[in-house]
Amino acid sequence: MIATVARRLGVFALSLVGASLAIFIICQALPGDPARILLGDGASAEQIAAKAHELGTDRPAIVRYLTWVAGMLRGDFGTSYASGVAVSGLIGPTLPVTGALAGFSLLVSVVIALPFGMLAALRRRRWEGVAVSAVAQVGMAIPAFWAGILLSILFGVVWRVLPPNGYIPLTTDPIGWARSLALPVLALALVQAAVLVRYVRSAFIDVLSEDYYRTARAVGWSRWGALLRHGVRNASLSLVTVLGLQLASILVGAIVIEQVFVLPGLGSLLLTYVRQKDVMVIQGVVMLLVLAVLLINALVEVSYVLIDPRLRTAER
Amino acid sequence: MVTRTPHARFFPRRLAVALTALTLAAISACSPASSSSTGSSAGTPTVHAPAAKTLTVAATAEPSTLDMTAGPAVAPAQVQLYNVYETLVKIDGDGALQPLLAQRWSVSTDRTVYTFYLNPASKFASGEPVTADAVAKNIERIRTSKTVGAKYSAAMAVVTGEKAVDSSTLEVTLSRPSNTWLYSMADTAGMIADPASFDKLGTESAGSGPYMLDKWTRGDSIALKRNPNYWANPGRFDSVVFKYFPDPNAMNAAMMAGTIDIISNEQAPDALSQFADTAKYTLLEGATNMEVTLGLNNSSPALKDLKVRQAIAMAIDKKKLITNTEAGHGTVIGSMVVPTDPYYEDLSGINAYDPAKAKQLLTEAGATNLTLRFKPAALPYATAAAQQVAADLKAVGINTTIQEQQFPAAWVDAVYIKADYDLTIVGHAEARDLVTYTNPEYYWRYNNPAFTAQYQAADSAAADAYAPEMKKAAKILADDAASVWLYMMPNLVVTKATVTGLSKNATTDSFDVTTIATR
Repeated sequence: MIATVARRLGVFALSLVGASLAIFIICQALPGDPARILLGDGASAEQIAAKAHELGTDRPAIVRYLTWVAGMLRGDFGTSYASGVAVSGLIGPTLPVTGALAGFSLLVSVVIALPFGMLAALRRRRWEGVAVSAVAQVGMAIPAFWAGILLSILFGVVWRVLPPNGYIPLTTDPIGWARSLALPVLALALVQAAVLVRYVRSAFIDVLSEDYYRTARAVGWSRWGALLRHGVRNASLSLVTVLGLQLASILVGAIVIEQVFVLPGLGSLLLTYVRQKDVMVIQGVVMLLVLAVLLINALVEVSYVLIDPRLRTAER
Repeated sequence: MVTRTPHARFFPRRLAVALTALTLAAISACSPASSSSTGSSAGTPTVHAPAAKTLTVAATAEPSTLDMTAGPAVAPAQVQLYNVYETLVKIDGDGALQPLLAQRWSVSTDRTVYTFYLNPASKFASGEPVTADAVAKNIERIRTSKTVGAKYSAAMAVVTGEKAVDSSTLEVTLSRPSNTWLYSMADTAGMIADPASFDKLGTESAGSGPYMLDKWTRGDSIALKRNPNYWANPGRFDSVVFKYFPDPNAMNAAMMAGTIDIISNEQAPDALSQFADTAKYTLLEGATNMEVTLGLNNSSPALKDLKVRQAIAMAIDKKKLITNTEAGHGTVIGSMVVPTDPYYEDLSGINAYDPAKAKQLLTEAGATNLTLRFKPAALPYATAAAQQVAADLKAVGINTTIQEQQFPAAWVDAVYIKADYDLTIVGHAEARDLVTYTNPEYYWRYNNPAFTAQYQAADSAAADAYAPEMKKAAKILADDAASVWLYMMPNLVVTKATVTGLSKNATTDSFDVTTIATR
């Protein structure tokens, strides 16, 4: 058990080092000298040299890489070139926004997908099941940003029941916060739910043909009762894997949705500073996203053990 | 066990439908009063009475720093110039100079010494007076610091010394007479900040204007509040919020939902019809300083020939270009001059659209079967224009290979620094940027001593000869087809019908809210 954990941790650390190296090299390869971009048209060589020294970009790449990594280990992501403030100070306020957006989107997509997916499995030869599958197929083809624009226009401009865009912090006005998040969460969740419905459906179709399900039905459980009591846990093994992958794609989708709904999240931050070629901010945000995805994967692995007692025995 | 089954029967259909419907309904039902009132959506607790007046301005590009002179980006100046930071003189909406911190000024007979008489009432938001000494320190900072944006230090390069004669009289000495310099003093390069805060310009406000920084929510908005120490008529709003929308559709939606008062620059001209109802909205169309320019590399072998350059200029149907790319808004221009420049003259008739003449000129130059490297900046207006320019050139027999350049980094590297191009398109947003043609190293590699001499003569001329002499310089460029100036980017502003006093022209980097009122 300890060896397994140690091995997993080792792989985790190696992945992070590899990712940091890749991110750093790619950011170095972006065209343009930050000092020249900051100073603008017509800067003299002397001015550029002075600015580069101020930014620290005149140091060798290896020194910059090691300084960056050493800083991150202490929680210091460096200083933004363009704004001169700490990168962690820029990232910090965006985390609750993107976190709430991604978290609620996942939650809502599960809440939608689970019952509809089960319905689609149980009634797969009836019109209800076929209808759910058909709607899911159409839903999968809709890009989240398009759903976002549509929701924004319908609820924000035509019916005026929710703000079309913008963000209100939870601490300022909790109701306003929920209202400002409702449409972006729905836009992301609907598309994700459409994807998820298909996995839920096939997972439960598998359950329906299992012996334990037949046995449960034989001792008097209703179809839904047997599915809920015995099916959910078994089906969730494969669903958790899909959810882990989906959370990663929700994070990417959040970057787009933040643009559509003008939310001050991680994605907006990333795009703003990509335009200015502020390498320190780009590196910091991408590194954070990589860390999030790796952590999700680790959590998925842990959850296998929690869900499936057989794995626990095997580990011992 | 069996007791659980009955209610589970009703579980699926109800749960899904009910949950989604419930959350949505609950969230939209408890609509707080704040949601529709302008600007208060930010929820900042204001110290003023309930009738606090807020103006919410939607803008596209959020600044990365508050320091207006840190780099070429105009976003910090859009928020702060004239609103937070003042200048000795101000450029008004018609492009004319007006007194601001300086009540009046005089020029020596050899036109190299300017004496400014400061308004003795003027003071910074900190309460410190704006003294001649403080102004001198500002001019010195811009012209000597190695880390301020290059265009600002270049604008002040003509200054050789600044001296406080007494607390409200300032003498500035120039190395040669320059008419352009005074205009620069009225723009971002001439910003006057409290010298005690020079090292904090990126995050704090230290100006003498009617507003000061209240709260900057990165990724969202910058809120200004009224400066309680303002030395002249106080600002009309308790709060002015610049709210940033990277997406033009989101900006339009916010305007239609009523959460903003002004769209400071409409990026989607074809969406303007949504705001046609004059009872609710006001549309303003005016001038900017931005010339969308088809840059010609004057040092490339094919384009050294005047006839080829003229042929390219004559091949392009600028009117059709404006119709296609800006929905018919914008003004055709014929040189590096816009209508609000004091030396404007309509030169669009020079080398005007004439494809037959273009073909003839190409034949005369022996430049048939020409293929040119076309590297437009990858910006929406530039790539849209590039398609039509390429088609127009094709029609007179010039082939192009289009390679869009990511902007700014890749474009700056390939076009601006290395001049590895024949044709490019980018907008030149700086005011009075005719001067760039005097620099043979600038990316159009234009080297014409006659133009440079005329430009310098105009710059050094007596104030009343400035405009007529500069017109001659602009005409040299047009005759020479040094570039092809496609059109002036229109300044398209949408406001609620209740907003008045806003200038339709953007003559400086500022979005000047000091003249705005609401009914």
